[in-house]
Amino acid sequence: MEAHEKLIYDNTAIALAIDTVLDAIMTEFRNTPLDDVALVGIQSKGVVMALRLREAIKKASGKELDFATLDINMYRDDIGKRKKLPVIHETNIPFDLDNKKVILVDDVLHTGRTIRAALDAITDYGRPALIRLAVMIDRGKREFPIRADYIGLNIEIPEGRNVKIYFDDKPSNDAIYEISK
Amino acid sequence: MDFNWTKKDLLSIYDLTAEEIVCILDTAEEFKKVCQRNVKKVPALRGKTVVNFFVEPSTRTRVSFELAEQRLSADIINIQANGSSLQKGETLLDTVKNIEALQADIIVMRHSAPGSHNLIANETSCGVINAGDGAHSHPTQALLDIFTIREKKGDLKGLKVSIIGDIRHSRVARSNIWGLLKLGADVTIAGPSTLVPREFESIGIKVCHNLKDALENADVVNLLRIQHERQNAGYFPSTDEYAKIFGLNHNSVKYLKPDALVMHPGPINRNVELSSDIADGAQSVILEQVTNGLAVRMAVLFLIAGCLNK
Repeated sequence: MEAHEKLIYDNTAIALAIDTVLDAIMTEFRNTPLDDVALVGIQSKGVVMALRLREAIKKASGKELDFATLDINMYRDDIGKRKKLPVIHETNIPFDLDNKKVILVDDVLHTGRTIRAALDAITDYGRPALIRLAVMIDRGKREFPIRADYIGLNIEIPEGRNVKIYFDDKPSNDAIYEISK
Repeated sequence: MDFNWTKKDLLSIYDLTAEEIVCILDTAEEFKKVCQRNVKKVPALRGKTVVNFFVEPSTRTRVSFELAEQRLSADIINIQANGSSLQKGETLLDTVKNIEALQADIIVMRHSAPGSHNLIANETSCGVINAGDGAHSHPTQALLDIFTIREKKGDLKGLKVSIIGDIRHSRVARSNIWGLLKLGADVTIAGPSTLVPREFESIGIKVCHNLKDALENADVVNLLRIQHERQNAGYFPSTDEYAKIFGLNHNSVKYLKPDALVMHPGPINRNVELSSDIADGAQSVILEQVTNGLAVRMAVLFLIAGCLNK
């Protein structure tokens, strides 16, 4: 942890948040064959979050969901306007998206712009039956009319500050920090 | 690897670090996947204008860039030397300033004068991509060659690559040599002594004047087109003789490892530098080079568009 970082949640809160999302998903899809449901993690931390969810769903249901990674950088609306050029990570969708019930997963929901880009990206790969959105943290301050279906934690972050989830190889070291922008 | 690209221009492979080359190749891998989807287009350059300014004629490079730009959703303008204001006496810089005044974002230029891209890159806020400047540089060709080698052979470190043909006049050879050296490959160049100057040894590559030495142990052979003009200029006695001594054909292929890649930047002079059966054979990756060129050019355009202060 660096000096300007303030720990706001530890691993137990993160584990609880994943349980909250898990419960909501299992409730919504209780009458749906899980073979029709797929997790799509947005690069890069949404992928980690989606892997954690996949593990939790496997424990709860015995089913391992189809899993994909999605990079949205080719779909951003701010190319050339960012201080740092984003690095493109792997998009890997090893199954047919047509008619799938897709759960899009990201770590933090903020302006909604990433999700807008993700929806455009995903529909270029196929035509899912439905798309839901799962996030670890909803920190509000939306700029687009987008909301999440499953939310682990609602967090207020002061103006000029940012939130960062640290996912460790060992989930017991996971933590959420408030950081300066 | 999370490397952040920071350059607004791609002028020469010589200017790039190994990390920058790898960044382009990694980015191109994802764009190659885009080219294999049903929807082969992404909105990455929507609203951006790319000017393809080909002062020297080109078909394959221009078409490849144009398609790459379309797949990135850019708006495109093509300017060719014939009929352009350059013929009316406008200077290169004035033409570029006029392009810039139309709010273009990126200029892809081919020009016969080496270094012309460096000249304009300093004078314009547009991103500048070198699509070939004389015998100097052709960075996207080298990048697509290296991409193809990496895709087939993995890490380039220690890989033996032979470039055979007219090295003296070849921007493809120069760009490949720099890129390959930066990634740690062992480079050999071969051809008639009139076209393969010994001076190249000073940058750490092997120079040889017989085909057998260049083919034996090579993991990759890149054959360059022999231009008929060179024969007229007296660099070698005849194309038939060239084909016999330096052409890859059923006689010389016996020196080549069975898993070596055969590459050619095109257009091929069939049965001069390369015989038809090998050009179309199992070791040839010539058409894959063309496919990969599209992905590499998409990656370059994407990275450069991300670094423009517009």
